[in-house]
Amino acid sequence: MSMHGPIATHRSATGVPTGRLGTWWLLASEIFIFGGLIACFILFKLNGTPGFEDASLTSVTAGAVNTFVLLTSSLSIVLAHAAIEKGDQNKSFTYIWYTIGAGLVFLGIKTYEYTGKILHGHTITENLFWSFYYTMTGLHALHVIGGMVIMALISFDIRKGYNYQRVELIGIYWHFVDLIWIFLFPLLYIANF
Amino acid sequence: MSEAYAHPNYVKIWFWLVVLLLISVAGPMLEIPALTIITAFGIAVIKAFLVAANFMHLKFEKQIISFLLILALCLLGVFFFGVAPDIMMTDGDQWIDCIADKSCVEQRL
Repeated sequence: MSMHGPIATHRSATGVPTGRLGTWWLLASEIFIFGGLIACFILFKLNGTPGFEDASLTSVTAGAVNTFVLLTSSLSIVLAHAAIEKGDQNKSFTYIWYTIGAGLVFLGIKTYEYTGKILHGHTITENLFWSFYYTMTGLHALHVIGGMVIMALISFDIRKGYNYQRVELIGIYWHFVDLIWIFLFPLLYIANF
Repeated sequence: MSEAYAHPNYVKIWFWLVVLLLISVAGPMLEIPALTIITAFGIAVIKAFLVAANFMHLKFEKQIISFLLILALCLLGVFFFGVAPDIMMTDGDQWIDCIADKSCVEQRL
């Protein structure tokens, strides 16, 4: 197994390799970023704030397809991790690029959704619901883009035989992005009452 | 690199995640709000658990990681209840409803 790269990625003072511990710390901080937004969204909704009935205007089909795409991308990145643990660089590389492809499909559907909503006048300033909608989904989309870029860089590294452990780390991050969407989907698309 | 452990059957877990997704989409079709909350958010929690435990390997991870995440969620709970009065209590001498009265936003800029 290739163990090139900074010593911090292999050291394991806590029993958890430092690279993985760092990834979990990052995700713990992300809980506050998305959790804070979700908490405020729920509070405004419980308070009966005007505008939240606009949740009925979002497309459940588009949201459900995007959930399916992200769940499937989670499968492909975890298979990439399983493949690299067996030292199969090519299979892992392929699975990583399936995941990046799924990310592109997700962003394509999101762009289609945004375009439709904006053309109908539902912009970020229309009311509080749309402010939350664009902020939460936009921030999530930025995380998707960031994950795809990092995955692409890692895929070329592992082909050269470097930093295999990073497939697991980006996988954990990607699953978290999927996990956030699992909560955004019912909040923004399903709970329209 | 990760420690040795038997990888779960990822395809099987993905299959159950998709089944749960279908249930959460079908739930609102019955038009019972209480049931929608259960099928939407209850299933979201189950899906999140499946992803975290199996795909993120949390069930194989050292306990320190679970403690870290539980601590983050507890602090998020503190944030939730700390912010709740600011959003939900709409009375008092200093209260201005900025959602209904947009001029107050301009005053504060």
